[in-house]
Amino acid sequence: MAEAAHLLQVTRLQKSYNVPVLLDFSFSLRSGEVHALVGSNGAGKSTFAKILCGLTPADGGEIRLAGLPHAPASKRAAEHAGVIMVLQELNVIGTLSVAENIFLNRLPCRAGFVQRSRLHESARAALARVGLGDLDPATPAGALGVGHQQLVELAGALSRNCRVLILDEPTAALTDPEIERLFGHLRKLRQEGVGIIYVSHRMDEIKRIADRITVMRDGRAVATHLSVDVTPDCLVREMVGHELPERGGLSERPAGPVALSVRNLSAGDQVRDVSFTLRQGEILGIAGLIGSGRTETLRAIFGADVKSGGETFVDGKAVKILCPTDALLAGIGLMPEDRKQDGLLMPQSIRVNTTLNTLVRYARAGGWLDTGAEERTTEAYRQRLQISCNSVEQAVGELSGGNQQKVVVARWLARDCRILLFDEPTRGIDVAAKQTMYELLRELAGEGKAVLVVSSELEELMSLCDRLLVMSQGCISAEFTPGEWTQEKITRAAFSGHLDRKVESHPS
Amino acid sequence: MTLKSKKLVEYAAMLVIWLGLVLLFGMLSQSFLSLRTFVTLANRIPALAVIAAGMTLVLVIGGIDLSVGSVLGLSGALVGLALVNWHLPFWVATLLGLGVGLVAGTLNGLVSVGLGIPSFIVSLGMLEIARGVAYLTTHSQTKYIGATVEWPSAPIPGLGVSPAFLITLLVIVAGQVVLSRTVFGRYLVAIGTNESAVRLAGINTKPVKVAVFALLGLLTGLGGVFYTSRLGSSDPNAGVGLELSAIAAVVIGGTSLMGGRGSVVNTFFGVLIIATLEAGLAQVGASEPTKRVITGLVIVVAVVLDAWRHHLTGRKFSLLKRLFTARPASGTPIS
Repeated sequence: MAEAAHLLQVTRLQKSYNVPVLLDFSFSLRSGEVHALVGSNGAGKSTFAKILCGLTPADGGEIRLAGLPHAPASKRAAEHAGVIMVLQELNVIGTLSVAENIFLNRLPCRAGFVQRSRLHESARAALARVGLGDLDPATPAGALGVGHQQLVELAGALSRNCRVLILDEPTAALTDPEIERLFGHLRKLRQEGVGIIYVSHRMDEIKRIADRITVMRDGRAVATHLSVDVTPDCLVREMVGHELPERGGLSERPAGPVALSVRNLSAGDQVRDVSFTLRQGEILGIAGLIGSGRTETLRAIFGADVKSGGETFVDGKAVKILCPTDALLAGIGLMPEDRKQDGLLMPQSIRVNTTLNTLVRYARAGGWLDTGAEERTTEAYRQRLQISCNSVEQAVGELSGGNQQKVVVARWLARDCRILLFDEPTRGIDVAAKQTMYELLRELAGEGKAVLVVSSELEELMSLCDRLLVMSQGCISAEFTPGEWTQEKITRAAFSGHLDRKVESHPS
Repeated sequence: MTLKSKKLVEYAAMLVIWLGLVLLFGMLSQSFLSLRTFVTLANRIPALAVIAAGMTLVLVIGGIDLSVGSVLGLSGALVGLALVNWHLPFWVATLLGLGVGLVAGTLNGLVSVGLGIPSFIVSLGMLEIARGVAYLTTHSQTKYIGATVEWPSAPIPGLGVSPAFLITLLVIVAGQVVLSRTVFGRYLVAIGTNESAVRLAGINTKPVKVAVFALLGLLTGLGGVFYTSRLGSSDPNAGVGLELSAIAAVVIGGTSLMGGRGSVVNTFFGVLIIATLEAGLAQVGASEPTKRVITGLVIVVAVVLDAWRHHLTGRKFSLLKRLFTARPASGTPIS
């Protein structure tokens, strides 16, 4: 096996969006090998997968597929070259039949008419490869369970001339027996000489299926191991890298009385039995992997999503929060993760965005708005938060990301909210703006506001927070204070939901 | 340029376009540039103008109401019944006409907002229902009413224009003030721009959205009264296809079908342009089919120009921009 030819050879691959995502990433894949990629959020796994299958171009470096340069301009071109990806989110179209889903972009047809018998024949062959030989190809895909849908996607991938198969968290939606079956198919593909890149957080599964494991961190390949030589603990340590220096300039804030208390909160299958308290003048962080239920927790507290259980107390009093209006009345504000989609009215002015939920205050008799008073208030917040703009009449769509975020903050401050929930407050803003955002958060806590921050950047949370919760698989898996946390401990807690997964002793 | 002066420029632009149209017809036909033409115009437009004013607000939140033509017919039918069959006084008949419009509009709003069904479909259903009820109540017959109903559309001696036209001007001004200077209007624009953001700002958007449909219903009821008054009789067929003229007027006035942007004053200019086109083309002897072709062209050209202008000024959410950016791998299409 060690002598097997390099199917895919990646040398010094570069890619940056605003910040570098891939830095000199090198990687190799042999045919007939399962090579796992592991790493924390933002390590560059997904970006690498996207470049391979033609969804985004690389900025530099080289990819060779069986010795030839591989730089696909589109997903189609990548598929033509035999590089196929099964996405993390299911791409199945529920209303179409299984056969149509498998062959969607190459339906066999004559004069524009689909040749149903030929379609179903090839679909049956493709399905048989993933062990679904009994499935009627005419079944609507939506009628299948999630596990079967995943297999249908896999069948679609395999029905092409597949040389490199990329799987991104393929087992996220599968039950244990389904995972077993999937692994069986992967082993068969391996024998057929397909190279498989397996991206996952689940250490136990990776240990079982992968031949080699590459650890990614900050856009680089940190280490590549033979799967049999390495323990999950060792992988986690490598994902984290060097310990960060202790947080500097730590000024103890005197924590006030409890402002928000959440007990046994549940919502959907992403938030399970979450309980915590948040004090006035405290910055509490929530760390965790993407998809661990952090955003969903904030949205459930705020009433943006339906809760299935749990109680919320504000200043010790029970409050019922069924919709965002209730949250507003309870003094809770949310800065959503996606400012463009959920936060701002992009073509409208800073003034309109700032006064959006305090508008009634500026109304004189008959609902007539006093725009002069609006302007004065907005101007005051502009100065306080140092929003740089031409005037408060400028459209927020023309501002930089950091300034846009400040406009959302201004809106909630104008509303006198005392509990502020920040979801990824520094996402997509530049380094300087991040520093001002940190200062702002500290200042708010200094004024006695209760601040909750969700972030994917551990360093950010460690330098900012008075206390840290870690979520994994929808539950709070650990709580740390500055003295006791280390990046390794936090990362381990973030992965804990995945590590604990029972390893089935599969009969063979 | 501030938003305020931008607005004035837009008003002026619409006025210039309308004046250009008037001059064009003035050159084509000697008798067009006369006081009589303008008086006729002023007394023709009230029904369409008040409905288009309400429609502007509905389009601003990204909704639509296709039932206004039928509801106008129903309102007129009820006014006729009240005056002729039930011998009720004029003001009671008017209240009934307004009331039935309000009910129809509120139903549109409640069903589409409450159940989350697109207003396009709900109001399409209402289009059929209201027309059907209008036929049932009148046994599909036109009723002659006469002087009791005609006075609001008759020119006031010495002034030339009718009370209905004066009320229309009032509705336009009030509509513009509501849209640009009140809490309700601000919510409408905000909802049309990004409803999710408004909801997450803690504002309950549903009552606002229902209210705007109800308001359009009320104005449609008023339009029904005006229409009946101008004819002097109640016709269950009144207002067939009026929804399209109303939407056209709003769109010519630059209101976005995607929501988030609109002006009632510009809608009024849109109504003027449509009415002037119709009157002018009739005067120069264009046939009915020709009139329709030209009116259609004007609508399309107006929308394309508007989309183009917003593209050039770098505003987002314009129709044209969406069309161009939908094409893959074309970086900067125009400009």
